[in-house]
Amino acid sequence: MSGIGRPLAWACLLLAIVISLFPLYWMLRTAITPGRELAGDTAGLLPRNPTLFNFQRVLGLASREEARAAGGSGADLDFFLYLRNSVVYTGLVTGVQTLLCAMAGYAFARLRFRGRDLLFGLFVAALMVPPIFTLLPNFVLVKELGWLDTYQGLVAPSLLMTPFAVFFLRQFFLGVPREVEQAALIDGAGKWIIFWRVVLPMTKGPLLTLALTTAVWTWNDYLWPLLVAPGEETRVLTAALGIFLKQSPNTAPDWTGLMAGSALSVVPVLLLVVFFGRRLVDSIQFSGMKG
Amino acid sequence: MPRPPGARSALAGPAPAVPPPCAAPAVASSHRWAGKRGDGGIAAVFLAPVLIGFAVFYLYPAARGAWYSLTDWNLLSEPGFVGLDNYARLVRDPLFWNSLKVTGGYVLLNLGIQMIAGLGLAALLHRLTRSLLVRSLLVVPWLVPSVTTGLLWMWLLDANLGFVNHVLSGLGLAGQGFLTSPDLALTSVAVINSWSGTGYTALLLYAGMLLVPAQVYEAAALDGSGEIRTFFRITLPLMRPIIAFVLVVSLIGSFQLFDTVAVTTKGGPVNATRVVYYYIYEQAFTHFKMGYAAALALSLVLILGVLTFVQMRLLRASTSDLA
Repeated sequence: MSGIGRPLAWACLLLAIVISLFPLYWMLRTAITPGRELAGDTAGLLPRNPTLFNFQRVLGLASREEARAAGGSGADLDFFLYLRNSVVYTGLVTGVQTLLCAMAGYAFARLRFRGRDLLFGLFVAALMVPPIFTLLPNFVLVKELGWLDTYQGLVAPSLLMTPFAVFFLRQFFLGVPREVEQAALIDGAGKWIIFWRVVLPMTKGPLLTLALTTAVWTWNDYLWPLLVAPGEETRVLTAALGIFLKQSPNTAPDWTGLMAGSALSVVPVLLLVVFFGRRLVDSIQFSGMKG
Repeated sequence: MPRPPGARSALAGPAPAVPPPCAAPAVASSHRWAGKRGDGGIAAVFLAPVLIGFAVFYLYPAARGAWYSLTDWNLLSEPGFVGLDNYARLVRDPLFWNSLKVTGGYVLLNLGIQMIAGLGLAALLHRLTRSLLVRSLLVVPWLVPSVTTGLLWMWLLDANLGFVNHVLSGLGLAGQGFLTSPDLALTSVAVINSWSGTGYTALLLYAGMLLVPAQVYEAAALDGSGEIRTFFRITLPLMRPIIAFVLVVSLIGSFQLFDTVAVTTKGGPVNATRVVYYYIYEQAFTHFKMGYAAALALSLVLILGVLTFVQMRLLRASTSDLA
């Protein structure tokens, strides 16, 4: 690229980055604006009187009276409880599902057994089915089991597997060189031992990649937790934000409080980018390459 | 169930674009150490947990869903068999057809914006920088929970105090009720989800661009082909498999739009954003018409199946010109 092409292209790229990030900045900017002053103070890049009070009140650290006086609905987020629930939900599903699906992916890629292709075809077909089709009966099932508002009800449908995870890991294991396994087999180790002692340790990277994607999805999941676990004790962060919005008056939403809650819900995501940025980007690109 | 919302559900269905590199029997039998009898026993151990999960939370509910669709169940009483009544009703239900129309409009808008912006961004990344930081920053919106995204944009697009209207009035333009006007609501929802999904789409496409061998570009440059021409004549055609993959995946994802609508518009104003996913949800959990909701859901399965098939055919997805 030559002439003005290159600076122009950079300008476009920078604009894209600004569009990506500015809304999040505005969220933070609103969250530190005093509720009473918001209507008259929406212009500047910084509020005139920045405050952390909105965070205090959504976290329930301020009294109801103080919160109402600041324009809140009096509703608060029991943030640390919901955070715990989100962590339990995400952690359990991500850990268990990744491991079990790795076992299955390995079996589909490396083992010979009758009905393998048929079974795998069934999994691939399940990939196409929109989740709402199974979500309705799964809700009924969890209800029948008496598991509404419990952790087991929350994690049940995705704990053991998703067709996508099995599919992804099978594709991956197909590409792992067989030489290492071969050497171990000659040493007399069985497939089970080889999988745990040789294959898994060798493939930590892609497993972490899949786990990250699963974690992001599970963390962001809204409809299922809202349906089966809306109760205070098992409510996850996303459901809590939805409920917090419902409690806010329709005519004059408590924007400063809502943005403070929203900002808090983004913190874990930003931590993920800081600690796993490269792996996250790689994991998306890996899906692109496989396409 | 972790269901990535809106365009984010992207990865939910990447099966179609991937050529099944299976060729199982030939590959397996060529390996002497695999033995003659196969690995049936140990395979059962490897697969047991996943098969239980699949049977209990995929197959069983699928069968149950199909059965519900033939009943008039309201979640409380016993389901009563009504034959194909639900389907007969669905065909005559103007709100169902409206929901399909709205969903179709959303899918076109969302796919259009994300593909064009995503390709543009991917091309910029490809030509300008290998910076991990830049790519990480672009993907941040995709990581924000969709509920948060919905809340955030409700505020940015607020009719009175929202930032976007602030900018409009600064430019001397009239303010808009982006999410409260029947004409603008659906476009606004599509823009919101494009904000969250474009960086992700761009990264997928960028990965595809990296697969185009450098020699091809060198040859094009030698022949005096300019940037733009090279992009349209060489990069795009060679990327067909990945573009097909992204299209199929985003199509399936876009049909599953729920979270953003549930947070920002609740299907309104006057059905303007009542997409099919939200309509099914309402039938099931607001009106407790489980039978009807199941019939709607099963119809959606069929519609998506046909669309995916047609799309794959049209795009000849699994064949690459590079191969």
